[in-house]
Amino acid sequence: MKSHVWRPLFVVLVVIALVLVARTLLVPADFGVGARGYMYGWHRAGNEQQWKDMKVKYKTAAFCKDCHPDKYDEMKESPHRNINCENCHGPALNHPDDPKSLTIDRSRELCARCHTRLPYPNSGRGIMKGIDPKTHNVGLDCVTCHWPHDPRKEGHKK
Amino acid sequence: MISRRSFCKKSLLFAGGLAIPLSCLELFDPKRLLAEKDQKGPRWVFLVDTRKCVGCGFCVKGCKVENEVPYDANVTRTWVERYVVTTDGKTHIDSPKGARDGFPNKGIDIGHGKLEEIKDDDIDKAFFVPKLCNQCDNPPCVQVCPVGATYQTADGVVLIDRSWCIGCGYCIMGCPYGVRFFHPVFHVAEKCNFCYHRITKGMQTACVDSCAFGARRVGNLRDPEDPVTKVIMTERVNVLKEEYGTKPQVFYLGLSKEVK
Amino acid sequence: MVHGEAWTIKEFFTYPNEYIYWTIQIVMYPFMTGLVAGAFVLSSLYHVFGVKQLKGIARFSLVFSFALLPVAMLPLLMHLQQPLRGIEVMMTPHFTSAIAAFGIVFSTYGMIVASELWFVFRKHFVETALALKSIEGRSALQQGQYLLFSVLTLGAWDISHEALEADERAVKKLAAAGIPVACFLHGYAGFIFGSVKANALWMTPLMPVIFICSAVVSGIALCILTYILTMEIRKQLSRRRRLAHPELPSMEELKSAEAHVVAMTSRYLLMFMVAAITLELLDLIFRGYTAVKSWDILRSVIYERDFVNIFVVQYGLGNLVPFVLFLIPGLTIRRAVVGTVLVLLGVFMMRWNVVIGGQAFSSSFSGFMHYVLPLWPDNMETLKEGLVGALIVAGVPFCIFYVLNKVMPVFKETH
Repeated sequence: MKSHVWRPLFVVLVVIALVLVARTLLVPADFGVGARGYMYGWHRAGNEQQWKDMKVKYKTAAFCKDCHPDKYDEMKESPHRNINCENCHGPALNHPDDPKSLTIDRSRELCARCHTRLPYPNSGRGIMKGIDPKTHNVGLDCVTCHWPHDPRKEGHKK
Repeated sequence: MISRRSFCKKSLLFAGGLAIPLSCLELFDPKRLLAEKDQKGPRWVFLVDTRKCVGCGFCVKGCKVENEVPYDANVTRTWVERYVVTTDGKTHIDSPKGARDGFPNKGIDIGHGKLEEIKDDDIDKAFFVPKLCNQCDNPPCVQVCPVGATYQTADGVVLIDRSWCIGCGYCIMGCPYGVRFFHPVFHVAEKCNFCYHRITKGMQTACVDSCAFGARRVGNLRDPEDPVTKVIMTERVNVLKEEYGTKPQVFYLGLSKEVK
Repeated sequence: MVHGEAWTIKEFFTYPNEYIYWTIQIVMYPFMTGLVAGAFVLSSLYHVFGVKQLKGIARFSLVFSFALLPVAMLPLLMHLQQPLRGIEVMMTPHFTSAIAAFGIVFSTYGMIVASELWFVFRKHFVETALALKSIEGRSALQQGQYLLFSVLTLGAWDISHEALEADERAVKKLAAAGIPVACFLHGYAGFIFGSVKANALWMTPLMPVIFICSAVVSGIALCILTYILTMEIRKQLSRRRRLAHPELPSMEELKSAEAHVVAMTSRYLLMFMVAAITLELLDLIFRGYTAVKSWDILRSVIYERDFVNIFVVQYGLGNLVPFVLFLIPGLTIRRAVVGTVLVLLGVFMMRWNVVIGGQAFSSSFSGFMHYVLPLWPDNMETLKEGLVGALIVAGVPFCIFYVLNKVMPVFKETH
């Protein structure tokens, strides 16, 4: 090893050593092979908890029921019973503490999602009650005539 | 001439020398692997009943809000496709804004803002197909991640580490289903994760909760009593693009051959 | 705006999240690594296989390969959404991904080329350092140069005949080791594409081999071109200098040397070109013959949408025309320049047609995406992934070469 020919090799070894030192400093301690092995599970374990800690925004009708049992019961009897409160009232977020955070959507477009007539045979959509929003009482909100919690009842007519 | 003794000595030295840098790399830790094998926890799967979907798009809206994907950005973790098969044998497919606002037009969106009108009488069949990440058992997106920023958890969900993703886009290219995209705010890869923060708390995913028609359901394949598992085990279910060998874990009822 | 939306035009049905995510920088990346690998293989032909005719271009292409090396990484960094995290490829490599090998292969290759350069130029380093040392009262600049060259010797000051012979043996060994690494460096760039099973156009085991062949073609072409250009400059300079120093080579000597080197090198160019075209056509024919599910959409992309790009620009202008130009007997320098420029265009278009063409259709096989190259940057994204970004990447190696040439004079006779 006395020959000068090996000098570049020493430089290379120093570089490799530097990279390995950098690895110990930069790689998080919990980085490693997870449950699915090296191919599918090579990751930073702490990230799983980070995803679990994400905030839940839609809290479901069960959450609304506690304070609004009347609305809840009315809905459960109606043809709209399967629609979640938050589909139209917006995600609960911090609702009881911060009532204004609710974003209630009364637009025609919301109702039109299901009730625009699309003539599709052999699809659930084909048998739904539908209208053509371009001709059906243009300019009026649907809730003027139809009570959304129970469409069999009349709406908000003044 | 090389003696046997020196040969053995040298090869041992060589093997030992190779082992040192390998141990520095610390890629495989057998103890850790063994401890985490044979997990008993859940395996999350999804069941989509295309016969029930009416294309209202509430699932897309709910998903975008729940998972903080900017509402007006033209990317989405889940979407709904419309298939209209006409009498001339053609299949017309669209998904305007991923069906975030449902399907407000009868015409088919054919790109750059144009609509193709189809006469009612020409329709042979038409249906909607919700799409989301398949949480494949052999996720090609995870295989191609160069840095270990995307991975599969023990319960089968593929997650992305937003603090580690370098944004090369290889996973986006590797997914045959087109579920991945770059998050417009965080600038890292993004995709559906079955609302991991909800299912791990015993809740349903946001799309399941917002579906009024029962077209979407999430379940645990390792629980034989789970209603979703029962359907998958006893009924005729199908998956998307099986030919890629990805073993997708989103199962479909009423899938048609036109579905891409 | 979503990444990719600025330059993607969608037609018919594409999945909502599909955009052209890999753009011009990913075209530049295999193009640049191809030039690196090709230039290195060319220099190795002399060092390893003793192809004497290539002596004039061997040292030049070695230095040029080194100048191109950092630029092979540049397009990747410009493409990354999180460029500062690029180092993670070395920190937590996930070797089931073709890209993860990049850090290792790239640095291995870089070290081999750097070591080889060190052996080739060690004598020059020592001589320069000694010459500077002997100057009494060095200026700050000279002192800096002296320090630089002293460090570059790595403390090996022995330039006896035996030591220099040892150098040459080392160069030969490194060049031999470098060929497979250079091929691997580029072959794996082909593997990055060829292994994407989700992409019908990319997925073929031939991809790495096609990439290597076209890499060598482009590398040789660029070396010839740059060689001719530098020789022209030297001719102009020598015309002026010869008035003062008549012992310098005459115009005629330079000219004949140049013509000889170009003619020799272009033979190797042709050989690799034949291999590259054969493989590409084989791939195309095979796809058409087997006509699996994806063929319908691939056919409409290859024969209709990208017809001009593929058959007119790539195969016609980029392969056929230069092929004829080089085959006509009595190769002139001017014709060689036109030929090599066209070859470079052809290889660039091949990369373009693979990278952009592979994203020209939706993975639903029911729609198309069209890439509009951002010409004028209006934000950081269109700067990085537009024409300007590509031009930066194309221009940087020449700047690096200029600097390297100051330290390692390519045209000075050393050994």
